[in-house]
This record gives sequence, C-alpha cells and structure tokens, in this order.
Amino acid sequence: MRIKEKIIEKILAACALVTVLTTLGIILILAIEAFSFFGKVSIVEFFTSTQWTPLFTQKSYGILPLLSGTALTALIAITVALPVGIIIAVYLNEYAPRRVRKILKPLLEILAVVPTVVYGFFALMIVTPILQSFIPGLSGFNALSPGIVMGIMIIPFVSSLSEDALSSVPDSLRQASFGMGSTKFQTAFKVMVPAASSGIIVSAILAISRAIGETMIVAIAAGSQPRFTFDPMVPIQTITSYIVQVSMGDVPHGSIAYQTIFAAGITLFIFTFILNNISYWIKTRYQQKYE
Amino acid sequence: MNSTDTSRTKDKAFRILGISTTVGCVLILAVFIGFIIYQGMERLSWEFLVSLPSRFAEQSGIYTAWIGTLWVLVLTTLISFPLGVGAGIYLEEYGKKNKLAKFLEINIANLAGVPSVIYGLLGLEAFVRIMKMGNSILAGSLTLALLILPIIIVSTREAISAVPSSIRDASNALGASKWQTIWHQILPASFGGILTGVILALSRAVGETAPLIVVGALAYVPFAPQGPMDEFTVLPIQIFNWVSRPQHEFVINAAAAIIVLLFITFLMNGIAVYLRNRWQNKMNW
Repeated sequence: MRIKEKIIEKILAACALVTVLTTLGIILILAIEAFSFFGKVSIVEFFTSTQWTPLFTQKSYGILPLLSGTALTALIAITVALPVGIIIAVYLNEYAPRRVRKILKPLLEILAVVPTVVYGFFALMIVTPILQSFIPGLSGFNALSPGIVMGIMIIPFVSSLSEDALSSVPDSLRQASFGMGSTKFQTAFKVMVPAASSGIIVSAILAISRAIGETMIVAIAAGSQPRFTFDPMVPIQTITSYIVQVSMGDVPHGSIAYQTIFAAGITLFIFTFILNNISYWIKTRYQQKYE
Repeated sequence: MNSTDTSRTKDKAFRILGISTTVGCVLILAVFIGFIIYQGMERLSWEFLVSLPSRFAEQSGIYTAWIGTLWVLVLTTLISFPLGVGAGIYLEEYGKKNKLAKFLEINIANLAGVPSVIYGLLGLEAFVRIMKMGNSILAGSLTLALLILPIIIVSTREAISAVPSSIRDASNALGASKWQTIWHQILPASFGGILTGVILALSRAVGETAPLIVVGALAYVPFAPQGPMDEFTVLPIQIFNWVSRPQHEFVINAAAAIIVLLFITFLMNGIAVYLRNRWQNKMNW
C-alpha cells in the first residue's frame, strides 16, 4: 500500500515535470539554433541592419523590419483593445444591472473563442475593404486592418482581467465614495479604477504580450514584406508571420534560412517572456493589497 | 450648469457609452459571422464535406482537413488529458507548500504566455527532427498537447480546490490513504470542473494554426490520413490556404470551411458551458 502510494506520487510529479521540460526544451532549442545562426551572421548586423531578406539572393539579416512590423500591429491592437476593454470592464462592473451583465458577458467571451485564422479572414475580407473605402491609398495588405482586428480579438481578454481587478476592490471603498455623494462615474474613475490600477496594468501588459505573439491574423492580412516602417498603410511583416512564411515553404534543415526562424523566434520569446514576468511581478507585488 | 449637473451628465453619458461599446463589440462579431455565413453557405453541402482537395474550387472539399482535425483532436486529448490532470493533482494535493511547487507555478504561468508559434518551433525540433516523427499527426498532436497543458493544469487545480475540505477530512478520518481519498472522493467531486477545462482547452487546440504549420502540417494533402504517423492537414490550415489565394471561388470555400470550424468550436464551448452549469448546480456545497 505504501509503495503504491509512493509510486503514484512519483507518476504525478513526473506529469508536473513535463511543464519544466517544455520550458527547458523551448529555451535550449531556441538558444542552440540561434547560437549557430549567430556564428554565421554578426549580431551587430542582426540588430542594426534595416533589411531582412534571408530568402532572397541578396541576403541581409536585420531584424528591425520584423520588429517594427510586430510593434506596429501590437500598438494598433492595444490602442483599440485597452480603452474599449476598460470601458466594458467599468460598465459591466459598476453600471450594468445584473441581468444585462449575465447576458452580455458570455456573448463577449465568444470573441475570445473564435479561432485566429477566422479573424484573419475577417481582417482581409471585411475590415480592409471597409477601411479602403474611406482611406484612399490603403494597400490591400497593411498593418492597420490586422491591428484593429487583433485589438477586437483581445478586448474580452482585457475586459475580463480588468473586471477581475475591479471586483477585487473591496465594496467598502465604493460605498464610502457613494456616501460622500459621488456619482457612479466619479466613483468608477476616481476610486475604483485607481484602486484596481495594478490589475488593469497587468491586463494591458498581458494584452501586449498576446498581440506581439499573435500570428495568423497578420500572416493573412498584413502581407509578407519586411519593411522598416511605422506606416500602417503599407504591407509589412511581423516576427510571427515570418516564421509561418518560412514554414510554409521548403527550407532544408540546418540551412541558414532554417535557422533564421529560430533567431526570430528567440527574439519574440525574450520579449514575451519579459512582459509576462513583469506582469507576474506586479501581480504578486501589488495585488494582495486588499486581502 | 453647476458641477452636480455636470457630474450627472457625465454619469449618464458613460452609461450610454458603456452599453453601446459592449453591445457594439457583440454586434461586430455578429456582423463578421453573418458575413461568413452569407458567403459560405452556398458552398456548404455534403459534397463539400466528403470531397478531396482539388485545383478547382468548386470540386474542392474539406474531407482531408476535418479527418486530420479529428485525428489531431483525439491524439491531443489522449496525451494532454492524463498529463494535465496528473500535474494538476500533484500541484494541488501533494506539492502545495514546497519551493518546487512555487517554481512549477511560476513556470506554468509563463508557459501559458508563450506565443503558440514558439511551441511550433519546439515541436519542429524536438518531435519532428530529434525524435524523427516527421511531419506526422503525432508530432502535431504532441506539440498541441504541450500548448494546452497549462490551461488544463490551471483548470484542474481550480476544480480540485473547489472541493470542500470536509470531504477530504471525512475520507481521511475513515482511514483512507491519500490516493484513495483523491481517487474515490476528490476526483469524482471535481470531475465536472476538470472536464469543462479540458474541453475548453481542446477547443482552443482545434482552432490553432500556426504551431501546426511550423511542425510541417501541409496545406495540400491528397488523401485522408490513415494513422498517427501520416502527413496531415487540419481545417484551420485549409482555411489559411484558401484565404491566401486570389481567386474569389476559393475565398467562398474558405468561408464554408470557417462555418464548419466555428460550428465545432462553438459546439465544444457550448458543451463545456453546459457541463459547468450542471456541475455547479449539482455541487452546491
């Protein structure tokens, strides 16, 4: 009996260890392939050149165009998702009657359930043509449309995390504010939102991390032209959509083109890793305040 | 207008802004889905579901794609379900207080934030190359299993921790061993919640595209896969392939395939929500 118990515990621990192996695997694989990539390409060129053309005859390995593409789409997405997400969170938490909340919340969650490839279709087939009708000169592939659609996709993500933050603020603060004669609006934005600010910041950081890792929407609707620009009207390429582009083709294992996706991958991984850890840190450091 | 009036006006204005923003988001989604149904419905037919892919849009179907999706779904379930639930039980019941558990927790939180395309790179190198599985269904399923593992672990832990400690204490008091308590009391009591989490995680796996492209799932597979080592495609990749073509006919195919994909995802989510509600009503401690 005791032996059986011990064995079971070991098996369960092994299951948990798979997650550690996954992390180790990701870091090792990215590091090894990137290391041999940087044996062939100078790291200075990688971070300073403004040309990314590993698949052309005239090869150049500057990550900046992919970074600018990634930053641009993520920036557009967050500009859409953050204000809208916070407005929704405040509305649902402070204003909406219970019945309305019960209907709207699950409907909003549907936004988060739709597969990203479907959002890519929306961006290319619906949003781009609509935008083109009033923005002359907008290219068929551009950063604007996938950025907006990505923003729509992460709205429920921002709103539900912000709502959690708002609802963890003790009701006594709200009541005190009402007691002083404040309106709901004043209570919401002068008491509740500041009190929940750490949680809202966490939601914003995680949303940015989401946006820079998002792949299919940009792969479908942003074009695949690495370009060092912050112009949202022209085709661009992000780190993620570059990885997809190379994977769709037939690149031999061990070639430098094959290694570029790992070099791009590790850059992406480092950014998301930093953002995720900042948010985790804020969460553990500040969010316990009211408990 | 005095300041009280201004405050009241602001209050009213925000109420209107709030409701219209929230409803607006839902409406945008409704318009998107309506557009897809409008575009794709005409192509949706029995033939479309059972036809192999073809150069001609009108003759193309999604047979290989949905068979591939089904294979991936089954294998991913078989791999991720025991692993995720096992890890969840361990973290919640065994390793609660030690340092290792704390580290595991941070690690899982981190993994949940790793972009899916990175999991593709892991799968490409670990499963496709080093373990020599090739661009097979198995390699793809293992990759997706690792991707959804954090979600399953977190929801398993939540479901287990919702079980009141009185049940655990009662079982212990009757002389049950730790595992007997878990197996006969905790798991049956939390199973509804665990299942909900697993189904939600799997519905995410069904919609994943990027990691499978990276591990080498193909855009064009002439025949439906016969076994786990075969090459494959899945619905999202078929959609991606059709969306990327300039001809309008293929876009209609993509819309029709999206209807099928959305049907599967919504169905899975519906089942999960149904299970959750039923479980919550039943387990009113």
